[in-house]
Amino acid sequence: MTEVTMVVNGKSVTKSVKGNTLMSEFLREELRLTGTHVGCDTSQCGACVVHVNGEAVKSCTMFAAEANGSEVKTIEGMENPDGSLGVIQQAFQDHHGLQCGFCTPGMVMSAAALLKDNPKPTEAEIRDYLEGNICRCTGYHNIVKAIMAASGQDVTSIAAE
Amino acid sequence: MPKDHGIGASPKRREDVRFLTGAGNYTDDINVQGQAYVHFLRSDVAHGKINNIDTAAAAAMPGVVRIFTGADFEGVGGIPCGWQVTDKHGEPMKEPAHPVLAQGKARHVGDPIAAVVADSLEEARNAAEAIELDIEELPAVVDMKAALEGGATKVHDDLDDNLCYDWQFGSPADETDAVFANAAHVTTLELINNRLVANPMEPRVAVGDYSRANDESKLYTTSQNPHVIRLLMGAFVLGIPEHKLTVIAPDVGGGFGTKIFHYAEEAFCTFAAKACNRPVKWTSTRSEAFMSDAHGRDHVSKIELALDADNNFIGLRTDTYANMGAYLSTFASSVPTWLHGTLMAGNYKTPNVTVNVKAVFTNTVPVDAYRGAGRPEATYQLERVIDKAAREVGVDPIALRRQNFITQFPYATPVAVEYDTGDYEATMAKMEELMDLPGFAARRAASEANGKLRGFGVNCFIEACGIAPSNLVGQLGARAGLYDAATVRVNATGSISVMVGAHSHGQGHETVFPQVVAEMLGIDESMVDIVHGDTSKIPFGMGTYGSRSLAVCGSAMVRATEKIINKAKKIAAHLLEASEGDIELKDGQFSIAGTDKSVAWGDVTLAAYVPHNYPLEDIEPGLEETAFYDPANFTYPAGAYACEVEVDPDTGKVTVEKFVSADDFGNVVNPMIVEGQVHGGIAQGIGQALLENCAYDENGQLLSASYMDYAMPRADDLPHMENYTVDHSCQTPCTHNPLGVKGCGEAGAIGSPPTIVNAVIDALQSGGHNVEHIDMPVSPSRVWEAMQG
Ligand code: FES
Ligand code: FES
Repeated sequence: MTEVTMVVNGKSVTKSVKGNTLMSEFLREELRLTGTHVGCDTSQCGACVVHVNGEAVKSCTMFAAEANGSEVKTIEGMENPDGSLGVIQQAFQDHHGLQCGFCTPGMVMSAAALLKDNPKPTEAEIRDYLEGNICRCTGYHNIVKAIMAASGQDVTSIAAE
Repeated sequence: MPKDHGIGASPKRREDVRFLTGAGNYTDDINVQGQAYVHFLRSDVAHGKINNIDTAAAAAMPGVVRIFTGADFEGVGGIPCGWQVTDKHGEPMKEPAHPVLAQGKARHVGDPIAAVVADSLEEARNAAEAIELDIEELPAVVDMKAALEGGATKVHDDLDDNLCYDWQFGSPADETDAVFANAAHVTTLELINNRLVANPMEPRVAVGDYSRANDESKLYTTSQNPHVIRLLMGAFVLGIPEHKLTVIAPDVGGGFGTKIFHYAEEAFCTFAAKACNRPVKWTSTRSEAFMSDAHGRDHVSKIELALDADNNFIGLRTDTYANMGAYLSTFASSVPTWLHGTLMAGNYKTPNVTVNVKAVFTNTVPVDAYRGAGRPEATYQLERVIDKAAREVGVDPIALRRQNFITQFPYATPVAVEYDTGDYEATMAKMEELMDLPGFAARRAASEANGKLRGFGVNCFIEACGIAPSNLVGQLGARAGLYDAATVRVNATGSISVMVGAHSHGQGHETVFPQVVAEMLGIDESMVDIVHGDTSKIPFGMGTYGSRSLAVCGSAMVRATEKIINKAKKIAAHLLEASEGDIELKDGQFSIAGTDKSVAWGDVTLAAYVPHNYPLEDIEPGLEETAFYDPANFTYPAGAYACEVEVDPDTGKVTVEKFVSADDFGNVVNPMIVEGQVHGGIAQGIGQALLENCAYDENGQLLSASYMDYAMPRADDLPHMENYTVDHSCQTPCTHNPLGVKGCGEAGAIGSPPTIVNAVIDALQSGGHNVEHIDMPVSPSRVWEAMQG
């Protein structure tokens, strides 16, 4: 067991964990932050994406111990301080960018990382960036639209709703 | 102005807030105090004789609670099949035993052989590795036709062979044969409907819990239909009466059919929780999901279309081999028969249609319903052979379809169903408008200038949703009813909880269902909440599949709400000292017709629960009503889909450049959600057409067992927004349900695969390649090979 300390969604936490505890497991089981989901075991689906020191990371591919001393953000930390939905979250709701909601936390975290680096991505750039996030429900159309809207681009003229 | 509330509006989904903030409650988020974890030891051979399982060393490992094998389930029921198909000789299908844990033999890679329950998952896994399994590998049967040859290895030793049933349906075969003998032209096509894995993003999870205090069992599970699981598992597998068994399906992360079925892991966790007197949790990994979730499709077919000299369709014959896998999953037997044969007429007035289906056991994972279930397989065959026929007789594929459309409704097909309503010309015309057909030549020229081939593909489809009525499906072999149920509970202050049998796992029922109730009562949607997914809270409903939720459960909800209105009018009449017949309900006010005297909804609901001034002699206090709704017929959504693809002749890669769907779903309650359903269905259909394939080698080893090998559609694989339109403006309301709705969940997955393949063939033909067919997925290597002739 090793002791890890990190700041998760603005709160400092210290826990002792086994060396082989995955970050996704640590968040879900130790911190009970169950918004981070696990959809695969080959690092492909992106349901588990969180931010570690501002970078999007697949938490299923990282040990909790590796995040020692880091600043971590999960879907539970994405809302505004007043509890309202953040811009990306709100855009996902406004544009029906989610159905079952299982891929959604990872999608929102990936979208946030994209927009940080590329504040006005094109549709092609968004589709390309989402290579590591699988959604089985939405067909991505409304996810792409939501991310464009969250970046301040006008999507009202897009056909097909 | 679009409506901003009620039927026809697109309010934002209320369930989104919890999903967007990480506050959803999926099954794996549930931990029961004191729970143990199970790890299944699964067969790594496709077919093997289990000589011995020595668990002694494993049982002594740290943390192990108990190890179970097939022997622990002797005397316990097997996993049942919910549909008895009768073959063409009047004999029942063969129904082999399906034990919870393998007994004597393992029959597919992934078949569970033993289960270790331990304090932690890691300990369970470690102990499973210490189990000494003596299994003798036997030859496996994988290919369906080989499985039916004399002398083939038998999947089930107690059966005569690997044929589950040989089914024939529709027009008498000799009559159809006579039509073919006199046809001016016959087009024949052999094709494969590729095996798929549904892959909802949430893997399956089961948590069994048992209370010794009152001998009650509880199962939390990732299910589309908790009451079906309670019935099958309680009555047929474990022998637990309903009042001692609760099944809860909380937030479920997608289903697409594969979470309809009752699975061995559910029965195991429920059984083990009692046996160990401790909650038992199982969470599937994705790798386990590939080898234990029921797969979909996997048909090998030959279809023949007969035309007369004027290009009228005069006969259709199909011969299909349908893979059942190693055991019969819950609805497996119904998919290639009643969900496939009955749709074989499509949108066309072909007078003679004969369907043959042989269902075959193989050493592969069981195959069952996946989004569309039988209807995509029917549509794919029919729409591919029509396209080929159009080319052979030299007519335009749209014109050939048009000429043969059914135009009079109701229409009784030669394959037993009666379409109540439809307008196939309208959806075709809408598709043509949205596709900008006159611009195709210029777009093709532009593609060619870029060194690409461009093709246009079209198809039409019809599907049958909301399967019913129960007495009919009972005659056809269903072992369940196919009604649904809703209870409308009005509270004293006028707020409402609606308990529904349908389950929402992405469909947005929590938003849509209140739109209907609120509109009927003229109150605000925020006053209505939906309760679903818990057998201890909801009436006995059959759940969500086959695009049935709104058509069947929504109708039950309408009926229950009508009962509420009737009773509320009686109360209002009393309060207003008027006669009941004079009471009108509008905008949440009960008024005496032609006067300005009224009482509000809240006054009436309060009177129902505080019945001081109340007609107690005539009516009971309270305001709560239940309705069970059993539809008179299926519903028949239909549509016309089209696309343009580009083929890169150097690599064989296909890209979808333009896509249009024109659907007729009848009335639409929430357009935003309907469009979302179509987007999702089309993505899965494009996935089937271009990317996805569940492959086995000849020894029954699963080759596509993870996302490294099974190509899921990514954002980049789908058409861009400016070239993609889903339309549902053509609406012929269903004539037999109160909302006039037909269902929209599966259309996209049914309508898109033939569209894509038709377009690819058109593209290749335009480049001078005489290619008639490529099996799905139409991958770069297959296209490239076909182009080499
Ligand atoms: S769970 Fe991390 S990528 Fe799938
Ligand atoms: S919303 Fe269900 S997987 Fe994306």
